[in-house]
Amino acid sequence: MVRLITHNLLACHVKRCTTNNFPLQLKDVQLALREAEFNADFLRGFMPRLEWTALVQAACQVGDDSLPLEAPEMVDDEFLKNLHHVLLEIHIEEGAMVCPNCQHVYPISNGIPNMLLAENEIG
Amino acid sequence: MIPTPDLSHLTRTDYEHVYEPAEDTFLLLDALEEDAQTLRDSKPHICLEIGSGSGCVSSFLGAILGPSNTLYLSTDINPHASRCTFLTGEKNKIPLNPITASLTQPLARRLSNAVDILLFNPPYVPTFEEEAAEAQHGAGLQGSWAGGSDGMRVTDVLLRQVKNLLSPNGRFYLVAVKQNNIPDIQKRMRDDGLQSEVVLQRRAGREHLFVLRFLR
Ligand SMILES: C[S@@+](CC[C@H](N)C(=O)[O-])C[C@H]1O[C@@H](n2cnc3c(N)ncnc32)[C@H](O)[C@@H]1O
Ligand SMILES: [Zn+2]
Repeated sequence: MVRLITHNLLACHVKRCTTNNFPLQLKDVQLALREAEFNADFLRGFMPRLEWTALVQAACQVGDDSLPLEAPEMVDDEFLKNLHHVLLEIHIEEGAMVCPNCQHVYPISNGIPNMLLAENEIG
Repeated sequence: MIPTPDLSHLTRTDYEHVYEPAEDTFLLLDALEEDAQTLRDSKPHICLEIGSGSGCVSSFLGAILGPSNTLYLSTDINPHASRCTFLTGEKNKIPLNPITASLTQPLARRLSNAVDILLFNPPYVPTFEEEAAEAQHGAGLQGSWAGGSDGMRVTDVLLRQVKNLLSPNGRFYLVAVKQNNIPDIQKRMRDDGLQSEVVLQRRAGREHLFVLRFLR
């Protein structure tokens, strides 16, 4: 399953594509919503690992604008609920992720991203 | 006792394409089980399994750590393996996040010093170099064991990245066989600042299997 928590960790790795290769742009996505177990400690602990701007942008691309543009310093319950939903409950089932720099297309099918490159594309 | 993950949804046909858990898999499970309390106490945020195959190992780790405390990422070059990993996660109620990719390629940039638990049961069997190259290319069942002249063709690439991947209290579990030259692996990793120990070893048929644990 490609959820936004995973999307936030994937970058283009085509040979010589080293700048502006993150975040990958979501394209033609089909979504599914599935409930996940809420865990406030996990979310708090994971926040420093996130690229916040990339997350907000990806959330907008899938139609969710519940997150603030800047990561808040004080996190309250409502914020955590929204973060939980955005990171863990929105599943990208089909579609693609496109590199903003080299335009390489990484397909997503049956909820699994295919990040394999051809031999001559590997850095 | 942590139960072995339920794999009853996988069929003979799946195992024509994907590595069926075997002695090497179970040795890794045993090593994780021995460390279960330490693993929980370390409060990991990110676990990454390379070469997840059936998804048995990541699901087992999920049974140790719980479904919501940690992000379970995995990669495999074999798309069938990604599918099986996903299904095995579902079956065992652990949200696994399989990615079809070689080693850490698409994750390396973002996971620098961020992986708390790294696992790899690699293709470790010594073969002709071409056989391993072909197996990597084909990304099928052969890729689950063909490891090149000393069985280290694939593992070596990952070993060079471990130092950069692990978080400050990260740990890495690796399955190896005797022919992989364990003392040499340990020496090279020590040069990268990673201490290691053989945590389990077992003879299974012709294989003398080891699990190594590396700490930052
Ligand atoms: C010995 S099997 C282990 C499978 C499973 N983890 C287990 O313990 O039963 C090795 C796995 O590594 C995968 N693999 C081989 N080369 C790889 C690579 N370059 N990147 C990611 N996975 C790879 C194979 O497809 C296979 O699933
Ligand atoms: Zn690119």
